[in-house]
Amino acid sequence: MSDRGKGTFTSDPAEANARRAKKLSRRTLLKGAAAIAGAAAGSDAIRGFPTIWAQEIKDIELRHVGVSYSVVKAIGDQAAKDLGFKVTMQNLDTSAAINRFISQPNTVDIADLEGWQAKLAAKRSVIQGIEVKKIKEFDNILPIFTKGEIDGHKIPRQGISPYEAMYISKPDSTDLHDGVTEWATFLPQVYNADSIGYRPDLVGHEVTEWKDLIDPKFKGKAAILDVPAIGIMDAALCFESAGLIKYGNKGNMTKEEIDFTCNKLIELKKQGQFRATWTTFDQSVQLMAAGEVVIQSMWSPAVAAVRVKEIPCVYAPVNVKNGKEGYRGWCNGMGLMKHLSGKKLDAAYEYLNWYLSGWQGGFVARYGYYSPVPSTAKKFLTPAEWAFWYEGQPAPEVINDPYGVAMEKAGTKRDGGSFLDRVKNISCWNTLMDEAAYMNKRWNDFKVA
Amino acid sequence: MQPSQNPSRANLAGWLYVSPLVLVLVPFFVAPILVVLAASFFATDGFGGLTPGFTLASYFEVLHSALTLKLYLATIKFTVLTWAFTLIIGFFVAYFLVFHVRNQLLAIGLFLLCTVPFWTSNIIRMISWIPLLGKEGLINQALLATGVIRQPLEVLLFSDLAVVIAYVHQLTIFMIVPIFNSMARIDKKLIEAAIDAGASRFDIMRLIVVPMSKSGIALGTIFVVSIVMGDFFVVKVMSGGGSASVVSAFYEDVGVLQYPTAAASAVLLTLVLVAIISLILRTVDIRQEITR
Repeated sequence: MSDRGKGTFTSDPAEANARRAKKLSRRTLLKGAAAIAGAAAGSDAIRGFPTIWAQEIKDIELRHVGVSYSVVKAIGDQAAKDLGFKVTMQNLDTSAAINRFISQPNTVDIADLEGWQAKLAAKRSVIQGIEVKKIKEFDNILPIFTKGEIDGHKIPRQGISPYEAMYISKPDSTDLHDGVTEWATFLPQVYNADSIGYRPDLVGHEVTEWKDLIDPKFKGKAAILDVPAIGIMDAALCFESAGLIKYGNKGNMTKEEIDFTCNKLIELKKQGQFRATWTTFDQSVQLMAAGEVVIQSMWSPAVAAVRVKEIPCVYAPVNVKNGKEGYRGWCNGMGLMKHLSGKKLDAAYEYLNWYLSGWQGGFVARYGYYSPVPSTAKKFLTPAEWAFWYEGQPAPEVINDPYGVAMEKAGTKRDGGSFLDRVKNISCWNTLMDEAAYMNKRWNDFKVA
Repeated sequence: MQPSQNPSRANLAGWLYVSPLVLVLVPFFVAPILVVLAASFFATDGFGGLTPGFTLASYFEVLHSALTLKLYLATIKFTVLTWAFTLIIGFFVAYFLVFHVRNQLLAIGLFLLCTVPFWTSNIIRMISWIPLLGKEGLINQALLATGVIRQPLEVLLFSDLAVVIAYVHQLTIFMIVPIFNSMARIDKKLIEAAIDAGASRFDIMRLIVVPMSKSGIALGTIFVVSIVMGDFFVVKVMSGGGSASVVSAFYEDVGVLQYPTAAASAVLLTLVLVAIISLILRTVDIRQEITR
C-alpha cells in the first residue's frame, strides 16, 4: 500500500537509451563485424552470452519492477556497480504490479513475478521465454524449481508451485508446459516458507499447528493476512488443522470450499476472534509489537523485526503431520518483458545471471529468505551465517541483518530448523485460483461482515 | 467587457471562456469516465483479458449480489456518521468564529489556525491516532492508571469508531470553510433587529443563522459525502481490515484483474453520488445562495 506511487516512470529516456544502444551496436558491427560475429556464433557453444563492451552498455537502463521485499534497492545498486549499466528498482504492491505488467508492459524491463503472476503474464503475452541455455547457473538451481523435487521429496503442487509455473514450450507460448523445456517463464530469485508468528510469553505453549490461530483462547488477540489470495490459504490451513474440512486443493478451491472457508471466517469474526487483519509488513510488526495481537499469520523478517525491538516472538515451525499443517511457500522470480531485444536483452540476461551468482543470495539470506542457488550464496555468507540461516544450527556468533545491525544473539537457533526441514514442509504455494473472482467476492463478505 | 456586435465573435468569446475548464475536464474527467464506462460493458477471460463487446453481465452481477447492498450500507453508515459529526463541529466552530469573536483580525487568525493540522498529509494525521487509541495506547494507559477500567478498551482502535474518528478529524475543515464563508455574509444588523424584536437565541439560530448558512452546509456536505464515499484507505487502516467499503471492494477486484466488475461498480458508485449530490442541490440552490 504505502509503496504505491513510489515508482517513477522513465520509459522515454530508457527507450531512447535502447535506441542509442541499438545504433551503437550497428556501428560496432560494421567496424568489427568479424570479431562480433565470431563471438555471437560461438556463444551458444560455450553456454554464455556475447561479452558486451563497456562503452556500449553504459547507456542501458534496466527497470526492475515489483514488490518491496523482492525488488530491493541495495541489490539493484550492487548489480549496477558490478555490471556497469544502470539498474532502477521500482516498488509496487502485488496487485498494482501485475496490473502494471499487463496494462503498461513497455514501462517495465524485468518483471518481478510470483509463480501465479508468471502464469498470468505468459497468458497475456507480456513476457518472453527465458532461454535456459543462457543462464550459467541453471544446472545449479535447486531442483525444487527446475524439477519439482528436492532430496527425494516431491514438492507439493497445491496452489501454483514455482516448478509448475516455470516452463513454456516455446519462447512465445501463452500456456504453461508441464515438464522441463528449454524456455522458462521466470527465473526464481527469492523464496521462503511462511507460517505463524506468536508471542511465546503470552501464548504459553509451543505452536506447531495452524489451528492455534483460531483457538478461542486467543479471542480478540489473533490476526490474519488480508491479501485475499493468500489470506484464504492461511485460513484454509487453520481449518484443515482443526479438522473442520479436508480440501481437494487449498490452492485451487471449489466454490463449495470457498463458501465453507469464508462462512467459517465470518463466524469467527462475529465471535470476535480477530483483532485485525493486516496488509503490509509494517502493519504486522506493529500489531505484534504494540501488544494488539499475540498470534497471527506472519512473514519471517517481520518476526525478526519484532525481536529486534526486544519483544519475544517466534516463527512457528508448522511441520507437516498427518497430512495437515505445513508452510505456505512463495517464490518471486524475474521475467523478461516482451519488448526487450538486442543489447538491452543481452544486458537483461547478464542481470539475471548476476542475480544467481551469489551476492544477492547472501543478501536475502540475512533476513531469512533463501536463494535458489545456495551454492553461490554460500560464498557470500560467513560460515556462522551459513550455519545459522541454512543449516539451522545454533548461531556461533552474533548474526547481523543485511545492513550490519545485530539481529540474533549467539546461540540462537533459527525457528523451524534447517533449510531442508523448512522447505520440505511446504504444503502449498501462493496462487491465483480459477475461482478468484468468486473468492474475492466472498472475502469481501468476510471483510464487511 | 463590451459585448460584441458580431454574433460569431461573441460565440468565439464564449468558447474561449469555457475552454480552460473544458481542457481540464475532458482529458481528466470525461475521458477516464468513458473508458471505465466502456470497460464495464466488456467481457473478461478472468486473466485480465478484455473482450470488447456489449454485455450487461457485470452490472447483473454487481446488482444481484447481497454483497453490494452490504457494502453500500457500510459505506453509507460511515458517511452519515462522519457527516453528522463534521456538520455539528464545523457549524459551531464557524458560528463561534463569526458571531462570538468580535475582532475580525482575530477571527481570521483563529480560522487560519483551524487549517494548521491540515498542513501535514492526511495519512500522517490518520496513523497518528493509532498509538493514541491502541490497546497499549495513551488513552487506554491513562484510563487503566486512573482505575476507570481494568481491561483495555478494544473498541477504540480497529473498529468503526476509529474509522469515524479519523474521518471527522480529516474532514471537519471541509465543513468549517464553506459554513464560515456563508455565515460571515449574514448581516449582523439582522440579528440585532431580531434581538430587538424579542427573538430568543434559539429562534435566531433556527430562523436566521441556519437558513442563511444553508449554502455553506450544502457545499460542506457535498465535500464530506463525496470524499467518504470515494475513499477506502481510512476504512482499511483504521478498521484494521475489519470493515470494507464500496471502493475497497472494487480495488480488490482490480487486484485479481476483474476489470469489468470493478468498472461496473465504479459506474454504479458514480451514479449513486450524482443522485445524492443532485438531491442536495435540489434542496439548496447553491448558485442563488452564493450570488446573493
